Amino acid sequence: MLLTLTSTASHASDLGYLLHKHPERVQSFELSVGVAHVFYPEATDERCTVALLLEVDPVELVRGRRFGGDALSLAQYVNDRPYAASSMLSVALGRVFGSALKARCDARPELVGVPLPLEVHVPALPSRGGADVVAGLFEPLGWSVDAEVRPLDPELPAWGDSRYVDVTLRGTLPLDHALSHLYVLLPVLDGAKHYWVSSDEVDKLIRSGGSWLQGHPERDAIVKRYLAHKRGFVADALARLAELDEAADSADSADEVVDETEEVDPPAAVPLVTLRRAAVVEQLRAAGAQRVVDLGCGEGALLRELLADASFTEIVGADVAPRVLEKAADRLRLDRMGDRQRSRITLLQSSVTYRDDRLAGFDAVVLMEVVEHVDPERLPDLERSVFGHARPRTVVVTTPNIEYNVLFPGMSEGALRHQDHRFEWTRAEFAGWAERVAAAHGYTVAHAPVGEPHPDAGPPTQLATFTRTEVPREAHAAPTASARPEVPPSRRSRPIADWSDGGTAA
Amino acid sequence: MSRPTEVTVSSIAIPQLCLVALVGASGSGKSTFAAHQFGRFEVVSSDFCRGLVADDENDQTVSADAFDVLHYIAGKRLAGGRLTVVDATNVQREARRQIVEQALAHDVLPIAIVLDVPESVCLERNRDRPDRDFGPHVVRRQRDQLRRSLRGLAKEGFRQVHVLRSVEEIESVTVVRERLYNDRRDEHGPFDVIGDVHGCRSELEALLDRLGYAVVRDDAGHAVDAVHPEGRRAIFLGDLVDRGPDSPGVLRLAMGMTAAGHALAVPGNHEHKLIRALSGKQVKIGHGLAETLEQLEQQPREFRDAALRWCRDLVSHLVLDDGQLVVAHAGLKEAYHGRASGRVRAFALYGDTTGETDEFGLPVRYPWANDYRGRAMVLYGHTPTPEPEWVNNTMCLDTGCVFGGHLTALRYPEREVVQVPAEQVWYEPVKPLTPAASVPSRGGDDLDLTDVLGRRVVETAHHGRVSVRAENAAGALEVMSRFALHPRWLPYLPPTMAPVATSPLPDLLEHPAEAFAAYAADGVEQVVCEEKHMGSRAVVLVCRDHETATRRFGAPAGETGAVYTRTGRSFFSSGLTAALLDGVRAAVDTAGLWDELGTGWLLLDAELLPWSAKAESLLRGQYASVAAAARSALPAAVTELTRAASRGLDVSALLDRTTARSDNAAAFTDAYRRYVWPVDGLDGVQLAPFQLLASEGATWHDRPHLWHLGLADRLVAADPVLFRPTRRLEVTPSSASSVAAGVEWWTQLTGSGGEGMVVKPAANLVRGRKGLVQPGLKVRGREYLRIIYGPDYTLPANLDRLKDRGLGHKRSLALREYALGLESLERLARAEPLWRVHEPVFAVLALESEPVDPRL
Repeated sequence: MLLTLTSTASHASDLGYLLHKHPERVQSFELSVGVAHVFYPEATDERCTVALLLEVDPVELVRGRRFGGDALSLAQYVNDRPYAASSMLSVALGRVFGSALKARCDARPELVGVPLPLEVHVPALPSRGGADVVAGLFEPLGWSVDAEVRPLDPELPAWGDSRYVDVTLRGTLPLDHALSHLYVLLPVLDGAKHYWVSSDEVDKLIRSGGSWLQGHPERDAIVKRYLAHKRGFVADALARLAELDEAADSADSADEVVDETEEVDPPAAVPLVTLRRAAVVEQLRAAGAQRVVDLGCGEGALLRELLADASFTEIVGADVAPRVLEKAADRLRLDRMGDRQRSRITLLQSSVTYRDDRLAGFDAVVLMEVVEHVDPERLPDLERSVFGHARPRTVVVTTPNIEYNVLFPGMSEGALRHQDHRFEWTRAEFAGWAERVAAAHGYTVAHAPVGEPHPDAGPPTQLATFTRTEVPREAHAAPTASARPEVPPSRRSRPIADWSDGGTAA
Repeated sequence: MSRPTEVTVSSIAIPQLCLVALVGASGSGKSTFAAHQFGRFEVVSSDFCRGLVADDENDQTVSADAFDVLHYIAGKRLAGGRLTVVDATNVQREARRQIVEQALAHDVLPIAIVLDVPESVCLERNRDRPDRDFGPHVVRRQRDQLRRSLRGLAKEGFRQVHVLRSVEEIESVTVVRERLYNDRRDEHGPFDVIGDVHGCRSELEALLDRLGYAVVRDDAGHAVDAVHPEGRRAIFLGDLVDRGPDSPGVLRLAMGMTAAGHALAVPGNHEHKLIRALSGKQVKIGHGLAETLEQLEQQPREFRDAALRWCRDLVSHLVLDDGQLVVAHAGLKEAYHGRASGRVRAFALYGDTTGETDEFGLPVRYPWANDYRGRAMVLYGHTPTPEPEWVNNTMCLDTGCVFGGHLTALRYPEREVVQVPAEQVWYEPVKPLTPAASVPSRGGDDLDLTDVLGRRVVETAHHGRVSVRAENAAGALEVMSRFALHPRWLPYLPPTMAPVATSPLPDLLEHPAEAFAAYAADGVEQVVCEEKHMGSRAVVLVCRDHETATRRFGAPAGETGAVYTRTGRSFFSSGLTAALLDGVRAAVDTAGLWDELGTGWLLLDAELLPWSAKAESLLRGQYASVAAAARSALPAAVTELTRAASRGLDVSALLDRTTARSDNAAAFTDAYRRYVWPVDGLDGVQLAPFQLLASEGATWHDRPHLWHLGLADRLVAADPVLFRPTRRLEVTPSSASSVAAGVEWWTQLTGSGGEGMVVKPAANLVRGRKGLVQPGLKVRGREYLRIIYGPDYTLPANLDRLKDRGLGHKRSLALREYALGLESLERLARAEPLWRVHEPVFAVLALESEPVDPRL
């Protein structure tokens, strides 16, 4: 990966003093991230260019232990790290031009802090969000930005743009400012870090960006991406930045950043997810359910609300993804919960493809935003598992109303609200499905809106509550042998009809 | 009911499987007796359990906890079918009640052995043991309790009570074990298992005749026996009587056959009722009993008495053929096999009833067979069904002969159904016949979470036991549930394939020479090199028609098969899949394979091209993206280095290396572009089949690969647009010239942009000295490996390190997955229940999540 920096100041080759690197020498540095080479493709009094070329070892990237950071982006040999200007280049910059970054020049102190006409060229800068994001980050800092997005493959034009931008920055700034901008913003643009984010990172960010970051219009986004979405660190860093400016709104701004919603929400005061959970809990209360299964519980947002209401005596969170269940356990802090509270909740891995006796015999099963994650071909399995086998008295189902999607700003036509949604239903489709399932399994169904309904499009989320009317025709949910205790508490020994059967052979 | 017996003989007999309570005061010698008569682990003593929980065998304050432990251990043993002895005083009624309850809970017989020795003996023994510091009043109290208990032991539920009255008797007696009546594991057949006859004597004679038996008649012309020339034996599944025209005739024949050793029989609920009626008990006369009683009335009294004795002696279920076959009138769930209790008998006679009745007033039956997961085949009758069908290795053979249906037998072990039609409707049914399994889905298709979750061990025919770790199963559950097709369409997942050993040649990671050498070392005389297509592995399951798909795979409307990836995902939407299957079906029609192979469905192993059809997002998001970055960064770096060089700076090594890397980036770009070609719907999609995996009743891993490729060629001939041939070359690993030709073939193939080849033993499945031989070794081309190991993998500094790669785990995984794949195919071909087929399939997916270098 390559970065060049050109000064066109008079006595341009003074750049060598500022960088502590002699223009007539080629130097190499063994760094943790690879070997950094520094050389000057040109060095005249009119124009002096320094090049930083970092060679990353692709084998070490995969096999070495020191790049354990973002496993998904680094575990492959086919990896852009050897080419793209990323956090690794940022590290090299910090090491190789450390004194310049700290604005130290013992030989020529008078050069420090003097704005120079500079030109920075980064031929392969990864930018999630394209050229505009690059401009949005660098222009407020006094750079003019010339960014050309590279095509993914010139022979396959249908594939469109790559995420790499060939960037040239021009501006008149002190060298240490220029380096500090690059040091912080290269990894921000890339978005993937090659090492685990630790609390040191907060210090580094404050040190490097303290002087200019607080006033940057994209401050929050920069902090968030630099700290790779670690919420605690983000709040910490923002608070400390605020302190630098002695601003009073630190707590508020921190909260804003921390509040993340995973899907598009309507422009309402209360987020849709909150309304949805409230509506589900209300239905459960109305049905008098005490023992409740949240099937597809995800990270446990609904479970948390159920736990807060003592009328729910037994709560089961089930999900098919083991990692999600671990997160739920973490977020609910199961390990620190008191015995009484802990005994109310169970998390278990389950799947609607398979019958699960552990889910049978409850008062209610909640399928909150679950059905749309199931392939239409597999829906009959879900119907049989929930309505046929688990067979609770009440089933509460919520799902998006696709008709409402047009009202979400920025959603393209025909798009679904989440990339894993296999479908989204109109109100009529949902009603038709609910009707059929209810009839097939001996339930009645009632519908309710969630969120403010639009006169034409209806509510953003639709909800149906199924109530069982019949005992099972085929005795689906009879208890099984495995569910029986070792010694039944009150089994009378009864006379056995036929002695010969139980006896021994003569 | 047995009374307490005074033991005078020198042995007492107990059932092989039972729960024995030793009863006797402290010091009566229970532990010594137990140690002499039973195995070390068969005896669970309360003293030992006190020690377990409190470090002190005599600490009476922990008795409650100690007995909890004792019953827990006993419960585990009984669940596993192991005789267990409870060594505790058991002089109190409450203690014995728990033992009786536990025995019943596990459907084994509770047995009491009482050690009733004089008080003086107990006291003396306790005096010799300083740890037993309780006073003589304790022993006295225990003796009193014992004495008061003795008479009531049988009433408490103990099925045998053996009382040993003296020290001499205790020392001289021997406990012998006898097998249960239902234990007929030493009977190996072959059998002809016959469903509900219900007095249809004429049809029974016809069926026996069709089965090859010669009916023997007495002077009056009554059928009294039937003999099979090959010594086969009939098994009657009960309900011989009632409703039909000649219940006495059926009884006479069955009694004669059992007496002569030509048949076995279990009772049905109708025999049960008949016993009560003939014994003079109050019975509600219904369901055809009246006819039977009337018919029997006309028989001599001796016959009635003999029939009553015969029915009474029938054992409600039989475990046969080393436990591989279980017969019972109404079926039997696995936990009850070989057990003895009232509820086992009730289940065997009446089935698993829910306690409710349906709209016809008949009891609602729980479909126990849907849940059945046992290894033993269970054959039963009781519930009339129009067609006998397999549900989880069980089959109901009652096809309602008396209602005008058929009388049905199943040949065991052949699993062949033999039927004769009813001569007429002998009795009008209360409700119409319905299939055994729950409608609309096939009952046996229900998979249970316990079929797949947790640590699992799969028995494979070709590679022994293969185990799956719990965390891998958990991961596979997510993939299977969220992304895969319904398990009915996934009877097989392809195993991973090991690469060839790393080449010692300087410029290459893989080379064919190592593949030929490896097979030569395994003693494989002939191998086939098959072109490795530049696509995605695909499994194609295609049915001849929708009827076959529904019957054989339980397909929903509109589905006739599946085309899926290595992880069980469908390649295409349902509409495109249907269209693709239409094309495959037409080619199979043209090639005439349905009739030639005698099948209504085929399962093919294939490659689907282009790779971009499945992997476009990977190609764009990773390969093209990396290439774009490289093409942007490296030429710029070359430019800057060239400028520096022209100034006289020494950057020559760096410039050379960077130039080479820039060239590698271009070569990498060329390499991935070969995998991209435009596809519009199915236009441009091709299938290259290379192996027929299974068809009805058959697997084909014993056929040479050239046979398989010959079939594939016929599909290509039938539709050269949809199907693509697989280039191939036979090589003899022991011949230098043949090996050279193989190497040349690979060099040509990969030199012109091919991905590489797979080398397989020509004979297909081959076993060597150390078990299974690798079913194939892949030898990938130098340029293809660039998209696996990165653009710069060929730089000497990189290649040297990449050559250090461990293949052992990958090879072992490849064999385990291969064996699991064969196992699922064989189970599929045998038409085993879905959960059995799914078990090894799921295991393959779980093994795929083991941490192995994905580049191998």
